[in-house]
Amino acid sequence: MHYISPVLWQFLEKWLGNSPLFPPEGSAMSVHVDVFFLFLLLVEIVGVTIVTLMVVTFTILYRKERHPVATQIEGSTLLEATWTLIPLAVFLVCFAWGALLYFRIYDPPTNAMNIYIVGKQWMWKAEHPGGQHEIDALHIPIDRPVQLTMISQDVFHSFSIPAFRIKREVIPGRYSTVWFEATKPGVYHLFCTQYCGTDHSAMVGWVYAMKPEDYRAWTQGSTSGSSLAQNGERLFASLGCHSCHTGQESARGPDLAGLYGSKVRLADGTYVTANDAYLRRSILTPGAQVVAGHSAIMPTYQGQVSEEGVIDLVQFIKSLNSNYRIKQGATAPELEPGQAGTPGTVPAEPAAQAQPGNRAGSAHTTPGTVK
Amino acid sequence: MSSTSIINLPNQQTARMPKNHYLNSGYGLKSWALTLDHKRIAILYLLTTLFFFCIGGLMAALMRLELLTPAGDLVASDTYNKLFSIHGIIMVFFFLVPIAPAVLGNFLIPIMIGAKDVAFPKLNLLSYYIFLIGGFFELYSIIWGGVDTGWTFTTPLSTHYVNTNVISAAMGIFIAGFSSILTGLNFVVTIHRLRAPGMTWFRLPLFIWSYYATAIIFILATPVIAITMVLIAMERVFGIGVFDPALGGDPILFQHLFWFYSHPAVYVMILPGMGVMSEVVGCFSRKRVFGYTAVAFSSVAIAVFSFFVWAHHMFIMGISNYSALVFSLFSMLVAIPSAIKVFNWSATMYKGSITFETPMLYAFSFIGLFTIGGLTGVMLASLGMDIHMTETYFVVAHFHYVMVGGMVSAVMCGLHFWWPKITGRMYPEQLGKLAASTLFIGFNLTFFPQFILGYLGMPRRYHAYPAEFQVLNVMSTAGASILAIGYLLPAMYFLWSLKYGAIAGSNPWQATGLEWQIQSPPLKDNFEEIPVVDFEAYDYEWLANKTRHEVTNVG
Ligand code: HEC
Ligand SMILES: [Cu+2]
Ligand SMILES: [Cu+2]
Repeated sequence: MHYISPVLWQFLEKWLGNSPLFPPEGSAMSVHVDVFFLFLLLVEIVGVTIVTLMVVTFTILYRKERHPVATQIEGSTLLEATWTLIPLAVFLVCFAWGALLYFRIYDPPTNAMNIYIVGKQWMWKAEHPGGQHEIDALHIPIDRPVQLTMISQDVFHSFSIPAFRIKREVIPGRYSTVWFEATKPGVYHLFCTQYCGTDHSAMVGWVYAMKPEDYRAWTQGSTSGSSLAQNGERLFASLGCHSCHTGQESARGPDLAGLYGSKVRLADGTYVTANDAYLRRSILTPGAQVVAGHSAIMPTYQGQVSEEGVIDLVQFIKSLNSNYRIKQGATAPELEPGQAGTPGTVPAEPAAQAQPGNRAGSAHTTPGTVK
Repeated sequence: MSSTSIINLPNQQTARMPKNHYLNSGYGLKSWALTLDHKRIAILYLLTTLFFFCIGGLMAALMRLELLTPAGDLVASDTYNKLFSIHGIIMVFFFLVPIAPAVLGNFLIPIMIGAKDVAFPKLNLLSYYIFLIGGFFELYSIIWGGVDTGWTFTTPLSTHYVNTNVISAAMGIFIAGFSSILTGLNFVVTIHRLRAPGMTWFRLPLFIWSYYATAIIFILATPVIAITMVLIAMERVFGIGVFDPALGGDPILFQHLFWFYSHPAVYVMILPGMGVMSEVVGCFSRKRVFGYTAVAFSSVAIAVFSFFVWAHHMFIMGISNYSALVFSLFSMLVAIPSAIKVFNWSATMYKGSITFETPMLYAFSFIGLFTIGGLTGVMLASLGMDIHMTETYFVVAHFHYVMVGGMVSAVMCGLHFWWPKITGRMYPEQLGKLAASTLFIGFNLTFFPQFILGYLGMPRRYHAYPAEFQVLNVMSTAGASILAIGYLLPAMYFLWSLKYGAIAGSNPWQATGLEWQIQSPPLKDNFEEIPVVDFEAYDYEWLANKTRHEVTNVG
């Protein structure tokens, strides 16, 4: 907010933000968006006023009673150049300002905490790294950048929080991301804005922006017992991934430790960065990008793992970058100390199968798998 | 002639309708069903598209009723989804796209350029029947269960998840598309080949320039939507994986294909309206349109630029940052020719001699509403703003300002302006003014609140909505009922005027343009002999001289 005039800022915060004709301003970005909106509104008003003034003045001055015979005028290059170039200049300002804002809204800061969102007809599922699940609700701490990694299990949806002025399409088959930093504790609307079938208008929920200490209390109170990475580890075992990815030199599949974030050389000689999207593709369509030095023997898991299951696996592979049992707090900075899901509070052994909400067991019956 | 009006009607005691004209050149169903006369085909299109407009309007009325209350209580969710899908499909593909080109264009283009008919009269009739067949497919999908994909047919919803008549609806659009292509071809050839001697490109009325641009878009863009619709049908029937990510397809590809047509189509829905504006503003200011060449070339510029902006519908769908930049920039540029036009029309009034008959009132409302619609388009094209506004009621309001406030106003304007030429009779002027004002007020009351709703975040296509949005929605529904009166009134007095309207004579507005120099309604062949054009467009001095000359001759 530093470069926005304090007067304007006060006006937006105290007056417009509380008006029923203006959405509340709940994120660091919303003030910037609103300032830009006011600028665009000004352009709109000035433009409409100029045209109206021209029309009204001419109709008064040159109506037939006053001006019975028209004076023929061919045109005026100078005038026409003026009303070409001035709008052009104004529109280019809109373009540049809009572009800068767009990049700010869509480029997440590197220290953002990550929450996964899975959209499906007709609900939003949020998966916190600590293993908390929620449906049609999203609890987030204020004053901390939060990035959402989103995917749809069926059709296009769109994740929109008007109070934060953010929105992004949630697409089947690929991750999309959006980020925000809430500034005020409160409860805000969460909408699906892309038409997605029968209950599109019921695909709504609430965003709970909480003070950090309240958020910490919430994460402790609503844990499902194991973190996403722990769920992933169980799934890794039950799907038989460990039979090839043993981590040993002689294994049939490459070692996955240290994979996340590294550059992978593929069989065709190109390199890719191992991000969430790459890991997801490696699991669902392994044949599409084969790692150099390996043959394409990995079976596809398309149709066997749900999107939530894939997220668990991805989180597990990410956690292999360090020994996650020991250093989990470091690789998953979202987890606050003392919270369930940190070592010691949760049994990481397969015995956890008995707990409610876990993802292990038969690949065909648990909630983490399809059907 | 009164000093506040330019209407110049023949003496009603002695005036008679012309003995021979295109309406009485043959009677009976066959003379209409097999007609090759471009004017009769225009009438056929008019009746058909108005029929579709009534269906689309009925759907809109039901939607507005549902939205009176926040809860989804009047109809079920699925029904509501069908309502807005059918409303969109019908209004876009079966009303807005065909109405101006196929009705006003068919009727006027040959006459305005001094030709007896379009270049390919049989093709013209064929394209009408193709349109009709497409329309039957659409009616079938509506009556036997409806369709609920939205007019945008978003995949994979449309290909894998809904169980309604997607295939027949898509086929209806596919078939009707050929009608557009043929009409476009016909217009292009007609304008190139059939201009009367002396009718150079720069003597053409600006109406022709904008219809030429429209025809180009028809020819180049429509095949893409046709292919897209076929792919949708194939994916549904055979499960080929073009769009389905589970089969290795790409749903974003659908968005590209769909908007590659549908954005230029937006200009198909506005360019003809701009043509009407140029004629009407010039006529009621008694002046040549200010900066003829700029207005002419801005039509062409719009047609060209319109092909490079489609991805502005996809800014939040994860297209790359660079393509977002390019498409935002081009969207800004496409706004420039429209701005030029608005300024040139306004400047046309400068030192004119302005009167306020019904068509001129519609022209005022076009200019105002189109300016608002256009500038909100600039807001949406500004990348960072689009994120918050897209997929909300802000977009809904924006395109209704352009398409209803702009195009439908222009169609009403054109219908009133050329009604005396089409039917030979005047509509009642006072009622006309009343209807135009009603339409303007009703329109703003309906759609202005939707801008506010949109910025507040109300998503479009919502059957039920949070209670805090109710007041604005009630206003919108109230406005819609006023708007409905604004449409019903002209429907009634137009019908009335067919029998009881004053006899118009050949040139009630004392306008230039070849269509006003022949009898109303025109002869079957338009001209007794092909005119030789030795005057510029909008030459009101030439017209005044000619009238004076005739008076002295007769006197
Ligand atoms: C039949 C043995 C086999 C099984 C079972 C198997 N994989 Fe693989 N996996 C491979 C091989 C071989 C490769 C390297 C070739 C390739 O990229 O397809 C690989 C590659 C990968 C990669 C990319 C590694 C890199 O270095 O880029 C990931 C991630 C991965 N597998 C995850 C999994 C997961 C998760 C599972 C269980 C759901 C699994 N794999 C099951 C054999 C297997
Ligand atoms: Cu939805
Ligand atoms: Cu568009």
